[in-house]
Amino acid sequence: MKKKKPKLAVWKFASCDGCQLSLLDCEDELLAVAGAIDIANFPEASRAIARGPYDLSLVEGSITTPHDAERIHKIRRSSKYMVTIGACATAGGIQALRNFTDVKEYASLIYANPEYISTLQNSTAIADHVPVDLELRGCPISKYQLIEVVSAYLNHRKPNLPSFSVCIECKLRGTTCVMVAHGTPCLGPVTHAGCGAICPAYNRGCYSCFGPKETVNTEALAEQLKSMGTPPADLVRMFRSFNAEALEFRQESTIHERED
Amino acid sequence: MKEKIKSIKVDYLARVEGEGALHVKIKEGKVTDVRFNIFEPPRFFEAFLRGRHFTEAPDITARICGICPVAYQMSAVHAMENALSVSVDGQLRALRRLIYCGEWIESHALHVYMLHAPDFLGYQDAIEMARDYPEMVKQGLRLKKIGNELVTLIGGREIHPINVKVGGFYKLPTKADLAVIAEKLTWARSAAHDMIDFTARLDFPDFKQDYQYVALRHPDEYPFCEGRIVSNKGLDISVEEYENFFQEEHVKHSTSLHSLTRNGEPYATGPLARYSLNFDRLYPDVQRAATGARLSETCFNPFKSIIVRSVETLQAVEEATRIIEAYQQPEKACVDIEARESRGCGCTEAPRGSLYHRYTLDAEGTILNAKIVPPTSQNQKIIESDLWHFVPENLNLSHDDLTWKCEQVIRNYDPCISCSCHFLNLTVERG
Repeated sequence: MKKKKPKLAVWKFASCDGCQLSLLDCEDELLAVAGAIDIANFPEASRAIARGPYDLSLVEGSITTPHDAERIHKIRRSSKYMVTIGACATAGGIQALRNFTDVKEYASLIYANPEYISTLQNSTAIADHVPVDLELRGCPISKYQLIEVVSAYLNHRKPNLPSFSVCIECKLRGTTCVMVAHGTPCLGPVTHAGCGAICPAYNRGCYSCFGPKETVNTEALAEQLKSMGTPPADLVRMFRSFNAEALEFRQESTIHERED
Repeated sequence: MKEKIKSIKVDYLARVEGEGALHVKIKEGKVTDVRFNIFEPPRFFEAFLRGRHFTEAPDITARICGICPVAYQMSAVHAMENALSVSVDGQLRALRRLIYCGEWIESHALHVYMLHAPDFLGYQDAIEMARDYPEMVKQGLRLKKIGNELVTLIGGREIHPINVKVGGFYKLPTKADLAVIAEKLTWARSAAHDMIDFTARLDFPDFKQDYQYVALRHPDEYPFCEGRIVSNKGLDISVEEYENFFQEEHVKHSTSLHSLTRNGEPYATGPLARYSLNFDRLYPDVQRAATGARLSETCFNPFKSIIVRSVETLQAVEEATRIIEAYQQPEKACVDIEARESRGCGCTEAPRGSLYHRYTLDAEGTILNAKIVPPTSQNQKIIESDLWHFVPENLNLSHDDLTWKCEQVIRNYDPCISCSCHFLNLTVERG
């Protein structure tokens, strides 16, 4: 008897759509993936929506509205294995910059009638609301890591996702250290691997779209950057971008905000 | 006897970027209300850009849209350079056009093959379509891949490229780097011709409206990053005058602001507007391909936007080929820039239409104020207007067919709801 294919669902919360687009950007693998898995809920690509429960759910985006804070619980209940994809889903994303200010003020800056806008004060990661089985970092995620996660899932093995820093990726790539050789401020030492260390290969410092790696020493890096002449205001901005709400970065940016 | 349908409801409009809703009310054979709801959560980009450094704008605004990040980066760098009175010319300017060509190819191929063509051929999605048209879908994916490779080569990666900066680039490609892509573009040219032939043979509803089209127009080129803002109704202004002629309106059913002319008129931006206002700026062989596809020099049938996107794909392939042939690596990757108190704006042609940015900076280059008008917020009113006209003419269709056609009316504009802010959910109610 033909084995039933596992059901895949893709969900969106506050985001730019870029991480789920990564799935469509797997041009060489897309049709093969579609052959091995039943794409049951992926509105960006298909009108056909099959009912849950789903075997594998990919969740993009952060929680920013009361409605979404409820919706994620329903999705969790209908998902056997849930993977959050991207900086929004794993750390609140760039829109978590609101967490450092009063969101009402933000709404009134943009909208003539802020009373029409329903929004929460903070933009938060999916794991702050429901248990998550695996987090895939990045702004955007790496499509190769995404394929690895789907392929590992289909083959009942653990995905191979390195947890070292971007520094290791620079070494693997043979890139000269931009901080040592050129004095360019770089967040590579504290940033989770996954992008392949693109920025240093293009002569610029890492700006940490993959967020903090595990057991990170942001304090030592901040001291180093200061000694190279980076002012506190710049340190705040550096730690406060696409993964601003990640705990280690939030703490580090808050320290330098007080200095500024 | 056919059962009388009172309401049609689809919970989630598919094959668009982002999430929204549509509500059409019909009473006694007449449309009484059309609302294109956008309720994707707002992300407040214009607010949190305040206090950021001007050099961060291209990286931050790219995150508004994962489908057209290059467009955001281009509008941001042009606005900043306008504010700081620098101009980026020669090969650096050419490289910017080149990365934009990559985004147009990638975005148009995605929309034509994966999002729009299934509507015309009656499939739920491209994967289902691939069972009957495997070679066509593979060709579309390969074309899309070449667009992405072009963006990756110059930008470092396809989504949220890292190499675009105010003043130029961080690192320049060598002539040899580009030669690799040039070979692939030869294949892409013939694929783009096939794309035009294939889309021209689709069935199109006989539907036209007297649109007010707005697009950039450049003295010599098909527009990407520069030019005057023109319309087919006599508008001809500089980018600096934009806010004197266009306004934004906040309506209750949308977290995306609606953009209108100062007189309160809706207008359309995007491939149809660009094409109809700039046919004479297409390369002669692209003009011939368009004419061969039985397109006239202007096109007012939004369903035919799928052909126009294919024509623009060919234009982008031709443009990219010419840029690569003429490329000489400049000495410097970036022009020098000094921060000062200033205000500047920029408008570029995203795959979906005009994208306007305006920034005010303080003496240190910190952003004091930002305004961003994405294409989809400009097209929202036109999408609603198309539905007001389309639905009454098609009430003879079955419930399911009318619902699908209404979705198609929306997809004609390739709306990027994430850009404009936002959740699509479609209901057609018949009383």
